[in-house]
Amino acid sequence: MADLADVAGVPGTDGRAGRVDRVDRADQDARADRVRRVEHTMGTVFSFDVRGGTGPRVEAALDAAVAWLHHVDEVFSPYRPESQISRLGAGTLALSKCTPEVWEVMRLCEDAERRSDGWFSARYGAGGAFDPTGLVKGWAVERAAAMLASAGAAAVCVNGGGDVQVHGGPWRIGVSDPLRKGALATVVHADGELAVATSGSAERGCHIVDPRTGRPPRAAPASLTVICRGLTEADTCATAGYAMGDLACGWLESLPGTRSFAVTADGSTWTTRGPGG
Amino acid sequence: MNSLSRRPLRRVLLSTVATAGGVVLLLSLKPHTTAEAAGATTRSAAPAPAPSASATSPAAGSGGSSGASGGTAGTRTVQGDTVQTRYGPVQLKVTLKAGRITAVSALQVPEDSPRDQEITTFAVPQLTQEAIAAQSAKIDTVSGATYTSEGYIQSLQSALDKAGG
Repeated sequence: MADLADVAGVPGTDGRAGRVDRVDRADQDARADRVRRVEHTMGTVFSFDVRGGTGPRVEAALDAAVAWLHHVDEVFSPYRPESQISRLGAGTLALSKCTPEVWEVMRLCEDAERRSDGWFSARYGAGGAFDPTGLVKGWAVERAAAMLASAGAAAVCVNGGGDVQVHGGPWRIGVSDPLRKGALATVVHADGELAVATSGSAERGCHIVDPRTGRPPRAAPASLTVICRGLTEADTCATAGYAMGDLACGWLESLPGTRSFAVTADGSTWTTRGPGG
Repeated sequence: MNSLSRRPLRRVLLSTVATAGGVVLLLSLKPHTTAEAAGATTRSAAPAPAPSASATSPAAGSGGSSGASGGTAGTRTVQGDTVQTRYGPVQLKVTLKAGRITAVSALQVPEDSPRDQEITTFAVPQLTQEAIAAQSAKIDTVSGATYTSEGYIQSLQSALDKAGG
């Protein structure tokens, strides 16, 4: 197992280009049994890393997972005028005519809103139009990873723009240090079904607003990472907790099966561990 | 609410990593006055910047089997793709010995201005240290604030994806 880690940890080793001329046997075995793929969609990049199953079923599941992400983008992108979400918002498409996936996402958004006491909201914008962007990516990644796991892959890691869902393992998931670009603040060790989602302003500036004021949250941490089993929940909790600012710690502490890790603006950190987490 | 969340997490532990660097610190440096991504002139030799030789020595080291891959005792070099940055094109070369990074050097960097040379002098040795630190952390993937497609190019996740093969 340590060999797998070594393979992953060496930037610059481009196995696909066939330039790897020296690898020991363990490395070779690890490579043969591991598939990686990088896919650009939804304005970001998705990285797949699948171990222990490169047969036709897993290959097909990988293709299906990639197709699924593009499908989600087509249905849910607010940047595509022809997407169902855009047409729903414009009033040119009835909810009843939308794919059931839209209904499912709508229900999940309501769950997240209730669970976070309104701090996660898909209806905070002008006129309260339904905008599930804050939930869709995590949900899509969670499902893509499940597709691969159920096809028989022993270990699956899907990273959607910085939010991660894994199955099996072991996996070591670095958490970016929001105050020092390129450095890590911590590492999450996962073995089993687990999701790690991080909210913060390091990459795209402050894009999370307090749904009550429409303004940037007060006392927001530099970044907030939430760890629980599924990425839909981890991602929405990270978003809600980020918006809560200094109320986040107490709320996260109350969430069952959930851990969190925050880096504050002054570089200090705090963690929470909910019941059973 | 969600029945999954009631189950205890299996083996989750947070451990603090003091410094594990990202590979592409180079790209996060401040721009100089005129940033012409396409038009910058480049050179194609390994950097040998005059100003502070001591700072660059880690990057210049052990370039023995440069060029093609190969070499004895498991030493080999890998050339990265040329990446267009806002300062101009950048291409790096990584030297590995027994699968571990021993050096990073620049094959191509912008040298439009003294500022560019300053950046190269500073960034390449820094890059070596960061890359070596990153591999010692042995991570599979990275969670962080959501990056854009452009931001991905500069991310540690991008370096991991390239490394994985």
